[in-house]
Formats: sequence, C-alpha cells, structure tokens
Amino acid sequence: MLKKFFRKKLDGEQKPQSPVPTGLWIKCENCKALHFRGELESNLMVCPRCGYHFPVPAKDRLYMLFDKGTFEELDIDLEPQDILEFVDRKPYSQRLKEAQEKTGLKDAVINAKGKLDGKDVLISCFDFRFMGGSMGSVVGEKITRNIERAAEERIPFICISASGGARMQEGIISLMQMAKTSAALALLEERGVPYISVLTHPTMGGVSASFAFLGDVIIAEPKALIGFAGPRVIEQTIRQKLPKGFQRSEFLLEHGLIDMVVERKDLKNTLSQLVELLS
Amino acid sequence: MQTLFEFEKKVDKLRKKIEELKSMGKFDPVVVEEIEKKFQKKIKEFYGNLSPWDRVQIARHPDRPHTIDYINNVFTDFIELHGDRHYGDGKAIIAGFAKFSGIPVCVIGQEKGRDTKEKIARNFGMPLPEDYRKALRVMKLAEKFRKPIITLVDTPGAFPGIEAEEHGQSEAIARNLLEMAKLKVPVVSVVIGEGGSGGALAISVANKLLMLENAIYSVISPEGCAAILWQSQDKVKEATEALKLTSRDLLKLGIIDGIIPEPLEGAHRDYETTFKNFKEHVLRALDELLGLTPEELVKQRYEKFRKIGV
Ligand SMILES: [Zn+2]
Repeated sequence: MLKKFFRKKLDGEQKPQSPVPTGLWIKCENCKALHFRGELESNLMVCPRCGYHFPVPAKDRLYMLFDKGTFEELDIDLEPQDILEFVDRKPYSQRLKEAQEKTGLKDAVINAKGKLDGKDVLISCFDFRFMGGSMGSVVGEKITRNIERAAEERIPFICISASGGARMQEGIISLMQMAKTSAALALLEERGVPYISVLTHPTMGGVSASFAFLGDVIIAEPKALIGFAGPRVIEQTIRQKLPKGFQRSEFLLEHGLIDMVVERKDLKNTLSQLVELLS
Repeated sequence: MQTLFEFEKKVDKLRKKIEELKSMGKFDPVVVEEIEKKFQKKIKEFYGNLSPWDRVQIARHPDRPHTIDYINNVFTDFIELHGDRHYGDGKAIIAGFAKFSGIPVCVIGQEKGRDTKEKIARNFGMPLPEDYRKALRVMKLAEKFRKPIITLVDTPGAFPGIEAEEHGQSEAIARNLLEMAKLKVPVVSVVIGEGGSGGALAISVANKLLMLENAIYSVISPEGCAAILWQSQDKVKEATEALKLTSRDLLKLGIIDGIIPEPLEGAHRDYETTFKNFKEHVLRALDELLGLTPEELVKQRYEKFRKIGV
C-alpha cells in the first residue's frame, strides 16, 4: 500500500519495476545504509547519504528526463531473434525469454520521442537488467533507427548507455552493430544535428567503442565504470593491480575523454541547456 | 623452425612414412605411386573436414603469412608512414602507400611479429589508440589523394591495458568506425588471420570484406567466450562452434563478400599460392569498386552495414 502511494507520488503515470529487490527498504551498495524505497525514488535513485547512483531501469529514466506525459515509445515492434541458434549453458532463446519476463521489455534499449523542457528530443535508453544491456541486432537496429530519425527530422538525439558491450550470443552480427550505429552517426554529423551521449554505470566494450564515445558532447554519471576492456581482463593481461578510480567517470574526465560528470539530479537541466545551445 | 599442431602432426607422420618407403627404393614405383595417391586423398579428406577449432589454430599459426609478408611479396614500392600526430607511433599497425598490381594504393595492416623480440615490439598485434589514429590519418591521406585503401586484419584484439584506456581506446575505435564509413575511396579489407572483435573492425569498415579460407572473425575470442558464458576454459571448442567464426559461416551469414582459397594444408605451408590467390581476389574486388563514384562508394558501404541484423 505504502509502496503504491510513493510510486504514485513520484509520477502519476504507470511506473515499471525498479532494479533493486522489491521491499520497503533498500541497502546502498556503496555505503550500506538502508533507505526507505520512497525516499530513494524521490531522490532519483541516488543514495542521499553517499551519492551512490543506483542503476535505473530504462523506463524510469525516461520518466526522469521527459516532461510529464509527453513521450511516446518508438520501434516497439522489434523482437530479438536467435540467428545463430546459440547455446551455451542455456539456449539464447531461453535467456531472451527470461530477460523479457524479468524486465517486461523486448530487448535492452527503449527508443522514445518527447519533450525535454518543451524541446523535442529523441532518446535511446539502455536497460542494464536486460542481459547486461548487451548490444545485439535489435539494440543496434533501434539505435540506428533513432539516429536516422534524428537526422531526418532534425531533432537532437540523446543516448543513455548502460551496457557490458556486444552480445556474444549473436556473434559477429553483434559486432557489426558497432559499425552500423557509428556509420549512422555520420548522417547526423552531416545534417548538423546534436548528439549527446550519456554514459552510465557501466558502459563497456562494443557499446563504449562505438556510438557511446561519438557524442558531440559526452556526459557521465558520477563514478560510472566506463572503458573498452573490463578491469579483470586488463589485470590478467598486464598482471598488475589497477590504480584506484581507474576507468571511473572522474578518471575519464581527468584524461580528457569526456566533457563532464553530471549528477543525476542535474542531468535533465544539463541536457536541456545543451540542446538549447547547440540546436 | 616449423611449428606443428596436433592435426598437422598426424599428416606429417604419414608423409614421413611414404618418403621413407620411397627412399628405400625396394618397392615397385607403381606401388609407391598407389600409396602416394591414397595419401593425397587422405589429406584432402582430412583438410576438408577441419573443425572450427582446427581453423582457429591455423588462423593463429605462427608460420602463417603476416601483413609484412604480404607487403613484401604482393605489393611493390612500399613506403611506411609513422605516427598519429597526437601522441605516438603504434607498432601493431603498419600503414603506408605502395603499388598493388601497378596501382598506387594505401595499405594498412595489423602485424603480430614473428620472433619473440618482434612480437613484443609489435605488442603481439594488439593495437593501441595510437595505432588506430595513425591508421585513420593515413586513410584520410588516401582519401585526399584519391587512392584506394587495402587493409589487412590480423589481431587478437585491441590492447587491454592501462595506457590504452587512458589514451581513449574506445574513442579511437569508435572514431575509425565513423570515419571509415565516410571515406570517399574504395576500401577492401581482408582478414588474413585473426579478426579479433572491435580491434579488427576498427580497420575493416570496407566496401568489400574478404577472408582467407582459414581466417576467423569473431565478436570475442573463443577463450573469452568460454570464460564468460561457460565459466570454463575447457569449453573453448564449444564456444568456437557456437560463435560461427569461420569464413564459411560468415559468408553464409552475409557478413563477408568472398573467401580467398588457401592451399590445401593452409597458407603457412605455401606462401606462393596464398599470395597469388590474394592478389587475384583483391584485384577483382578493387576492379568492381573502381567504377563507382565517391558518393556511390559511401552509399554502398553504408547499405552493406545497414542491412546487417534485423
Ligand atoms: Zn550510499
């Protein structure tokens, strides 16, 4: 009952599930403090004590960014397919089904169009709960369609990434999505339409090494893990302990790889300002 | 020194036996010829039924022709260019201009190195951001001077290291993907050995993508895939099969445009034939592209990648 009350209070519209286990109390992964779910939700899933940014399901993220009641989902018809008939410890088809049931999504990205502070924007948003936000053919296709749409309609494009990288179960087809999405960005460039890339925890591998790092402006959420190779792979390769803070947003900012680190509460305003200034 | 893998050892044992028989001179030449014929049939059968994992071994074979061998034997008048003009000069990618069948071209390829010293110097063919940025710089020169680009792919993957991350490995790869999509000159890429994930893709956004028969091209190494999805290195063969990384698989999936045949026992056993086949196929691919306008080239390349997936 209480849960329902708080959810309603946050947004009048229908809300999807949060990533953390349901229950009234949620433990912060970073500082271990217990928070009342409603308190955390009204704080945009950021720990009020230590500032830890909890992962956010794609739909919740869209509600945080778009003006209330202004967005519609696009490309909802796209269904992932098991082209390679891939079976590891479980068949890919079964993994897909489980991910779909868990998240209520068809794949790891939602495309949407709506208003951000009254300005038209197109957003593609990853949902890390869906097979680690991995990019297979549907994710690649959706990103590409949103980019092409942005170029066509001359509407700024925003991508919010949260992904472990390319989806192994679609093999080489996943890899090629890196080229496909990046090639599409050439169209945006040609038309002079802004593309803002928002990197959230984590943005790695094939997503990082394609459209995510091609934003005209690149923003990262605090302390997000961002990089090409995973820390464990690097450690195994060079047989060295990695420096503290390595591959975190603040490290990337210091090395000139991103434009800014923006807290979640300021993200909408920052995006709005950038869209205003670059359009 | 020749390196022999399990499957090669079997064949070599047989071959030695036959040679022994011949040298003894005791047998009727007709009988020896008969045995020789049987042997030939057997190795044909054997090499016709290589498993994907066998092909991974051939693709990584230390004696396999490398980028340097192609540059020295298939191209002429090669001039190497160095440096990314930002930070350094990657050694895992060789870039420059040369003549290919008399035509001035840009040639770019990943080089793993042959002996231990060279392997270390070449970072085992694992490029750094500096490598990718140098490659892009030289490709842009090719565009400026309207020269076709030929790239040779042979890498375990982009280097996973502290410096690579600090210098923007992701950005360097991503930038190449975008910029290669825009190139107004023909691009032909050939996977000559190992096509290791994004590290390979970053120099192979091509109008025509070819693979040597025993080359592999994959989103992740079989070892990496086994470790992550099976959580066991013992499952590397299963991972190899599942990934569909052989040239035949990739042709069937519509990812590549053609297969360059290799000599029966693999490119490493007969460089001459390999180079001849390479030249013939790349020349044909180039020929088909040279008639296209810059706009048509960009469009053809875009559509080629655009249709991959759903
Ligand atoms: Zn906390």
